[in-house]
Amino acid sequence: MKSVMKPDMRVNVAGMQLRNPVMTASGTFGYGEEFAEYVAMESIGAFITKGLSLKARAGNPTPRIVETPGGMLNAIGLQNVGIDAFIAKKVPYLRSVNTPAIANFFGNTVDEYAEMAGRLDEIPEVAALEINISCPNVKHGGIVFGTDPASAASVVSACRAATKKALIVKLSPNVTDVVVMARACEDAGADALSLINTLIGMAIDLNRRRPVLANITGGFSGPAIKPIALRMVWQVAQAVKVPIIGIGGIMNAVDALEFMLAGATAVQVGTASFTNPGAAQKIAEDMEVWLTANGVADIKSLIGALET
Amino acid sequence: MQFTSLILSNIEVSPGYWRMRMTAPAACASARPGQFLMVRVNGAIDPLLRRPFGIFDVGTYTPAQSGAEPQPYLEMLYRVVGKGTAMLSTLHGSDLIDVLGPLGKGFDLGAPDEEKLIVGGGVGLAPLYLLAKELVKESKVRLFAGGRTRDDILCITEFERQGVECYTATEDGSLGECGLVTEALLRRLDQLQGRATIYACGPHGMLNAVAGIAAERRIPCQVSLEGYMACGVGACLGCVAPGRSHSPETPDFRCVCTEGPVFESGELKWGE
Repeated sequence: MKSVMKPDMRVNVAGMQLRNPVMTASGTFGYGEEFAEYVAMESIGAFITKGLSLKARAGNPTPRIVETPGGMLNAIGLQNVGIDAFIAKKVPYLRSVNTPAIANFFGNTVDEYAEMAGRLDEIPEVAALEINISCPNVKHGGIVFGTDPASAASVVSACRAATKKALIVKLSPNVTDVVVMARACEDAGADALSLINTLIGMAIDLNRRRPVLANITGGFSGPAIKPIALRMVWQVAQAVKVPIIGIGGIMNAVDALEFMLAGATAVQVGTASFTNPGAAQKIAEDMEVWLTANGVADIKSLIGALET
Repeated sequence: MQFTSLILSNIEVSPGYWRMRMTAPAACASARPGQFLMVRVNGAIDPLLRRPFGIFDVGTYTPAQSGAEPQPYLEMLYRVVGKGTAMLSTLHGSDLIDVLGPLGKGFDLGAPDEEKLIVGGGVGLAPLYLLAKELVKESKVRLFAGGRTRDDILCITEFERQGVECYTATEDGSLGECGLVTEALLRRLDQLQGRATIYACGPHGMLNAVAGIAAERRIPCQVSLEGYMACGVGACLGCVAPGRSHSPETPDFRCVCTEGPVFESGELKWGE
């Protein structure tokens, strides 16, 4: 009987060697600690914090979330503890786990983005930075920069100058051509691109004749968006050289592996962690099962291996 | 804690209201009144999210098999309001469901020598039964249960069996007095001698009225809130409620799932 080799699950993203390609998406995994009971941190590749800003932000009025078939809308409004409380209260937990923590952040202006990148650069427990230029739920600090290539490039170059850590840029799908945005961010110095953030959507309460969300519109996520996300990852993979982190409706290992075939080096699990707090760990474990069952020795061989 | 529960029974106790009993790990025996569960009604992606339910009761049952040890169970009382709860109501004994919990902070049981006044509106009675069971051990407990019609007054005999003195009020007069439950509460407060604590769960309008009464009469009051939540563990930040000092300029949001669902009514902002 031939012995079964354990597949090599490791991937490299922007200079980080990850034990497997599974990350948890910003805004769906708190600051890590909230999920400690449900996910063994050393079972996933990396985790990404809730989006951080210079000052604490309270976020939008309620209702902030609503479920729709196969998905959900959220308009949290980037509620977060702010960089100082993050350092004082959340970083000690990061120190205790043996998994890279990636800090997601945003600012109201290019200068604020750069200042945040500089502050995060000084935190040894932060392995890499993910720039959020794609939050659809606030007027400033997000989509304003994520829908115009020149603005996106200015944010990325300002952050590039402020940090030596790996810089991931999270792209919005709410644009005419995601490839134009991807190229602008790559040219401005991004080490990796993560996509997609949520799609702008809305839900209406017919009887009350009102929008369900207090913010009227919100970011649409969950399995319903997966085909759009796969298409965008595939398009961007054809156009850029930097690694891509695929995000959008990943509920299981098969979904994650499909993103890798489309060109993603790693993936982020988001809304699935709400449905099942242990989802990220389960997906990483099941990907290994799939590789073993299909005789794939190295997960890297699947990246961009889509046959068209 | 995440666990798989075997449904033991799922019964419609009043039109549109269901009571489900399910198996639970031993650790759930110490669930506190006011804590809640996040239940996945099926394994599919629609509905995608779990549903939060207050814990109605905790106890033990003896399996039919002779000689088996008593096993812990949890009960939920829920109202069919949409797709998820409609699906839940179709489940039967021996179906399996995926549960997270017990979650959140429960009620503070207060001092033994004071009177306990519990106010529940409709399915808001759900987390109040386990509370009443705990409170009657040391205090005089009165329940004020309100609803639109008699169908919204749930499980009163269960409360009475625990030694709770029950007052009911319906808006259409089909059970108890005709009107709002807060009127019965006010009458009791007028007769009150000595100290008391109010506990309330129900529609926002009722909680708002009860919080106002408690503030005016300077009586400690704990309320259990509902919130639209995706995760139940403090990550999605969907379920926040405005705190006392909240304003658009100085926002003060409390997370219902982890800081609540039970709050001192004075900690929250009311009247909106």
